[in-house]
Amino acid sequence: MLWIKNGQLVDPVQGVIEQVDLIIEEGVVTHLPPRGVFKPEGDQIEVIDAAGKMIVPGLLDMHVHLREPGFEYKETIATGTLAALAGGFTGLACMPNTAPPNDCRAVTEFILKKAEMAGFAKVYPIAAISVGQKGEVLTEFGDLKEAGAVAVSDDGFPVASSELMRRALEYGRYHGLMVISHSEDRTLSGDGVMHEGVVSTRIGLAGIPDAAEDIMVYREISLARLTGCPVHIAHVSTANSVELIRRAKEENLPVTAETAPHYFSLDHNALRGYDTNAKVNPPLRALKDVSAIKRGLADGVIDAIASDHAPHSILEKEIEFDKAAFGLIGLQTTLPLTLALVREGVLGLPEAIAKLSLRPSRILGLEGGQLKVGSIADLAVIDPDIEYEFKAADVLSKSKNSPFIGKVLKGRNDLTLMGGKVVWRSMS
Amino acid sequence: MRKFNHKDLLGMGQLSVDDIQLILDTADSFKDISSREIKKVPTLRGKSIVNFFYEASTRTRTSFEVAAKRLSADTFSLSASTSSMVKGETLIDTGRNLQAMSPDVIVIRHSSSGAPHLLAKGVKACVVNAGDGINEHPTQALLDLYTIRERKGRIRGLNIAIIGDIAHSRVARSNMIGLTKMGARVTIGGPPTMIPLGMEAFGVEVVPDPREAIGDKDVVMMLRIQLERQRRTLFPSLREYSAAFGLDSEALKSAKPDCVIMHPGPINRGVEISSELADSPASLILDQVANGVAVRMAILYLLIGGSKADAVDKERAAG
Ligand SMILES: [Zn+2]
Ligand SMILES: [Zn+2]
Repeated sequence: MLWIKNGQLVDPVQGVIEQVDLIIEEGVVTHLPPRGVFKPEGDQIEVIDAAGKMIVPGLLDMHVHLREPGFEYKETIATGTLAALAGGFTGLACMPNTAPPNDCRAVTEFILKKAEMAGFAKVYPIAAISVGQKGEVLTEFGDLKEAGAVAVSDDGFPVASSELMRRALEYGRYHGLMVISHSEDRTLSGDGVMHEGVVSTRIGLAGIPDAAEDIMVYREISLARLTGCPVHIAHVSTANSVELIRRAKEENLPVTAETAPHYFSLDHNALRGYDTNAKVNPPLRALKDVSAIKRGLADGVIDAIASDHAPHSILEKEIEFDKAAFGLIGLQTTLPLTLALVREGVLGLPEAIAKLSLRPSRILGLEGGQLKVGSIADLAVIDPDIEYEFKAADVLSKSKNSPFIGKVLKGRNDLTLMGGKVVWRSMS
Repeated sequence: MRKFNHKDLLGMGQLSVDDIQLILDTADSFKDISSREIKKVPTLRGKSIVNFFYEASTRTRTSFEVAAKRLSADTFSLSASTSSMVKGETLIDTGRNLQAMSPDVIVIRHSSSGAPHLLAKGVKACVVNAGDGINEHPTQALLDLYTIRERKGRIRGLNIAIIGDIAHSRVARSNMIGLTKMGARVTIGGPPTMIPLGMEAFGVEVVPDPREAIGDKDVVMMLRIQLERQRRTLFPSLREYSAAFGLDSEALKSAKPDCVIMHPGPINRGVEISSELADSPASLILDQVANGVAVRMAILYLLIGGSKADAVDKERAAG
């Protein structure tokens, strides 16, 4: 029996914070007595004192690149899932752009096997939409679903053919697989390396216009309207996309969306010194976009927050800006950056936690995202007030490509439990 | 005594008005060296300068080489094909290898914006940006400023037009920053496909129609159309470009009578500027080339030599 006492339980379902203790037996939450009521009997009780801490359901990161198979020098399933635990995530969904890509049962099973061997966070593979992520032929959704895929996406290789995307939505709904869209018109983003605007003009880098995203978001919404099938928009970065999704939701179309913490924490000014760690796709946008993303989060237009954790080794980052790879790591910074939104008053704490747990779980059709009597005890104990400098040495991923290294962050995951067992504990 | 307090020259953005004035004044004192019989002073004897040209440019490289030689520095050249860049060595590696030879200055020309900034972080030597991607070409802007000041006696208050492919021109970027900083009013013009978003960041006026942009100008600066870099369709044909955006004597009539014409070269004759105008007295194109050497001498000197005052002293001692 495990007794977590004196903490504040964040309930994303009810949207409240409760002063309750958690009693966990055989990996399951069995009682939630009000604080101070529980009187332990016997000595077989393990106690965790969570005074001043938040207890939240284990977080689910619905957009992670684990790089294995194929790019183990950037990240492995083991290092990525350990970093996830450190960040408060007990589960993550991994994108298929590996080598080979996850476009067949064998790769999906390989990923699940590796994750099981590592024994850290749970892994939910996202399979490719098209064979080889080439945008030509649909993968075998049925077989992939059976093997354990929870969604399909050609993330990193936007589906150029509207016809193929339409078929993916129709076929995906039939198999109960969410289609996740990396919305980018490649003919428009071209060889751009950052947001097209004042800063790209000023520092002489080829720009990616916001329209490259907006056009594809509009297409996905049109296809959702045409087919009635659900679609999920990954990493929303522009004000126009937020507006389009808002209108789609007002129309009750089955459209959901996520954004990543860097899109509400940084703008394109972060690139003025050619920091390749801030080079991401979609790119960091203008201040008006950052404000629109926050508004979209506040009023529920954007359902979820995902890290889009994209590790790259120093080989791909410590080079000329236009040659550097797109992507930053986010598993350990997503929680503190999201908590900053709570302090800013953008989100209430339960809603912030919902965007990191309940909502992504619902979008992918997974259990989890809540802690009630009977729930599996996958949870995180968070210290919301601790301030610390985020150091390269703190990074558990194999790659250290984060623009937040050296920055002072507030709020941190202290303890992660899976099935009622402590699987990660912060050093201090 | 005026001091140049920078380790590197990466862009016009980093320079203050005083810095720019110091460079131009120093260039003044170096200019007559080039007109002497013995065009050489011992000022930078024993110093070594590496010209690292990742992207070909005979003009700029020669100009830096001549500038270094006139100051008696040793120069080494490294181009992309002779360097190990082609073998997959990264810029950082190359920088470390260069540093091992303990150069005093590395002059770098690179096709990637920001490459000199990356190199400067990794080496002890002074880094001079000789053109990076579509970002900046500060020594070109400085020689343009010098040439304008030489002909017009001032920069402040002048009306200057920059016309052509603004979006892909590092010369335009550096000049917009330098000229506005020095108090000129800058108007830009060119095909709408070649004028980037966010020009307000430079404090310039955008007048797409070049006829209008030329109106009432003291200086018209035409940019080179980078035929080799036009990967995308930014204009339909050279014929149409030169008809709509090229400069000929007819178009120049709307400018001030003493308006001068500049071009960073090499010109595509008959495309950006009519041949007749390029060779006319209004053209400063050859002055720009000649002044380039003096300005680059000034920059090398200020980075590794000292202040302007001892520049003149050393020069006197040498003479
Ligand atoms: Zn993506
Ligand atoms: Zn991604």
